[in-house]
Amino acid sequence: MRTIEDLIKEHRFFKDLSSEHIETIAGCGKNMVFKSGEYLAREGNPADQFYVIRQGKVAIDIVTVEKGTVIVQTVQDGEIVGWSWIIEPYYWRFDVRAVETTHAVALDGKCLRGKCEKDHDLGYALLKRFSGVLARRLEVARLQFLDVYGVQQGQAAVQKTKGKRHGTK
Amino acid sequence: MARSKTDPMTPAIFHVKRVIRETEDTFTIELIPSNGTTGFSFKPGQFTMLYVLGAGEVPISISGDPFEKRCLTHTIRSVGNVTRLLQKLKAGEGIGVRGPFGSAWPVKASQGRDVIIVAGGIGLAPLRPVLYTVLKNRKKYNRISLLYGTRTPEDILYHQELMKWRSQFDIDIHVTVDQAGKSWKGNVGVVTTLISRIAFDSTQAVALICGPEVMMRFTIQEFRQRGLNNEDMYVSMERNMKCGIGFCGHCQYGPYFICKDGPVFRYDLVEDLMKVEEI
Amino acid sequence: MIAINDRESFTILLKVLQEKGYTVIGPTVQGQAIVYDKIDSIQDLPVGCGDEHRPGGYSLRKRGDGALFGYVVGPASFKKFLFPPSQKLWQAKRTKDGFDVQKEKKERFKMAFLGVRPCEIQGIMVQVQVFLKGNYVDSHYQKRRKDNLIIAVNCSEPGGTCFCTSMHTGPSAKAGFDLCLTEIIEEKRHYFVAETGSPGGEVILKEVPHCEASASELKHRDQIMDKAENLMGRTMDTSGIKELLYRNRDHPQWEKIAQRCLSCANCTMVCPTCFCSHVTEGTDLTAQDVQRVRSWDSCFTSDFSYIHGRHVRHSTSARYRQWMTHKLASWIDQFGMSGCVGCGRCITWCPVGIDITEEVRNIRLGSVPNPNDSAKGVHDEND
Repeated sequence: MRTIEDLIKEHRFFKDLSSEHIETIAGCGKNMVFKSGEYLAREGNPADQFYVIRQGKVAIDIVTVEKGTVIVQTVQDGEIVGWSWIIEPYYWRFDVRAVETTHAVALDGKCLRGKCEKDHDLGYALLKRFSGVLARRLEVARLQFLDVYGVQQGQAAVQKTKGKRHGTK
Repeated sequence: MARSKTDPMTPAIFHVKRVIRETEDTFTIELIPSNGTTGFSFKPGQFTMLYVLGAGEVPISISGDPFEKRCLTHTIRSVGNVTRLLQKLKAGEGIGVRGPFGSAWPVKASQGRDVIIVAGGIGLAPLRPVLYTVLKNRKKYNRISLLYGTRTPEDILYHQELMKWRSQFDIDIHVTVDQAGKSWKGNVGVVTTLISRIAFDSTQAVALICGPEVMMRFTIQEFRQRGLNNEDMYVSMERNMKCGIGFCGHCQYGPYFICKDGPVFRYDLVEDLMKVEEI
Repeated sequence: MIAINDRESFTILLKVLQEKGYTVIGPTVQGQAIVYDKIDSIQDLPVGCGDEHRPGGYSLRKRGDGALFGYVVGPASFKKFLFPPSQKLWQAKRTKDGFDVQKEKKERFKMAFLGVRPCEIQGIMVQVQVFLKGNYVDSHYQKRRKDNLIIAVNCSEPGGTCFCTSMHTGPSAKAGFDLCLTEIIEEKRHYFVAETGSPGGEVILKEVPHCEASASELKHRDQIMDKAENLMGRTMDTSGIKELLYRNRDHPQWEKIAQRCLSCANCTMVCPTCFCSHVTEGTDLTAQDVQRVRSWDSCFTSDFSYIHGRHVRHSTSARYRQWMTHKLASWIDQFGMSGCVGCGRCITWCPVGIDITEEVRNIRLGSVPNPNDSAKGVHDEND
């Protein structure tokens, strides 16, 4: 059976880390399985872990009054979810929910934070990787914000006035 | 394109076979050439000018099967006067068609390569003829992938066909939406996030990209990181058009006329232009 | 080389053209401007009329002689006869389940253009390239151009906004005419030196009284035309102009021009080469008969670049950049020639006097350096 250390070593997110650091990280990890609908994290809770998704798919959710639960992004096999553990004040900003049965390695952020404080090389290596995750999330969010496939504002205005004209007839 | 004896600004008459609702604002219209005309040939990526009497003319990409010569198919988002009238047409009604016009996707030149098709929103329509062609000649291509991003699950075009193609297991299909509610089991995130999920050999892959310009730009950046060259990527551009044949001047894009030099361009030819504001 | 000796012979030239079925179109004076229109007799020509051209200004003046072609150019070029400002493309009748395109009546155009300046010949050649030499042929342009006769008149007195020498289109016509005249006014004589440029031109000339031009007449013509080259009101340095404009899409000058430019589209309306158009639908009240009408359009209007609810070129600077870059640079890529003939109309009829030759100079100042130059190491070490 493959150990958590093997899984971490093979994962592209941890590529080029020293074997010593991989051993340290693996020491903070455990395998978990989430059934569809189960939560990996809840908004506002202390962010004491992050997840390497081995198999399955999770949704990053925001609950709204107007639109109900909105999925911000989905994350699946081979990707990482959770950056709140490394950035103060270490609380989850979003819900993370399994969309299907999901196998993940949960890594203990609290434990890793302590190790990063002691070993800044490890801290730098992880921060560098997590800033990459953050940058990707930001890029995706900005593009989503543009609503590129939506009806353009000008167009909507045209349709609106047209609708009004029909209404008065 | 051969020089024609009739004036290229005068349309041929086609009759509506049927209008199919795709999504809330998008429909597919199937047309049959009127008596006396034998079939209709086009290359994937080309467009026609569709004319509705009393309303006007619009450029629309052909979205149908190139092997189906008796039926001309377009998928249209109804956003203006002409497109709204097109949506209301009934079977048997006549409309004007000019074309096909413009450049095509390099379907033949991509034989023997990995073909990656990336579509955003209605951008799937001009790429569907490519899918029909490569799937019909499946053995002539290596890996084929379709990455399709749209706004919401309700905006997904050609649902049935996507399911059918997916079940054939000879094409890798990934669909994502920008926004979804809790019941959605698929992907959420912009189409660029799908690129990391497909396998291709960057030394011999070709990417055919169609969607809003900003979506195409970010898709290209992602492919460059994966090792694709500018010469291996193709984009389809869009501008105002009144004639389709280089006379009206409206669709100028730097040195190009999108109607006759495009709409499909190899990316290296338009790379500089895509970065210029208001060009 | 031939000399047409007097005004009487010139009257015969008009008669010959009319007898051969040509509608003669040439310069007239209307509303204090030179306007190309139908010419019935020599009295219709602007006898003794000259004109002044300056940025944003134009006026006619009395020359004090009997010159028939003593002006430079009028606001509208001959473009309007080959590519009319508004023109029906086709028409249709509504039917039970659609419409039928109506068969067009055969129209025949046999136009003789009289007094075509060398720059205007080039203007016609440019539009011929656009409408007749591509993959598609514009049958409407072709119909009007087919039996066209061009009687050029060389520019012996270029105007204040002219720069045809820079564009290599004038002041003497080199090709593209059936007949080319140089008007010469001496103290006691008024005559024309004529040159034929086609068999059609020769046929016409045969029927007009003429004689072989003498050596002194030819010498006089050459002197006048040599002098004309130096009378250009303006010049434009066209060296590497395509690359210059492509390289300088972000030049601050575009913004400066936009502060003056009214986006009024005058420059595109008077330009002999501008070909942009839009097509509109014309119906009668019952909506049974429909016409498709093509009209001149301009890249300076906001609707020109409208797509999906927005205008791609919403700023005036982007529109001016598009117009000038198209005219002087992308035209070369598109049609293998410049879109500017150096007639100066866009300068004269710009209400605020924007001068295209001046703006090319401004773009050269502070231009983005040519990457090929720096590759060669051409730069100051103290930069």
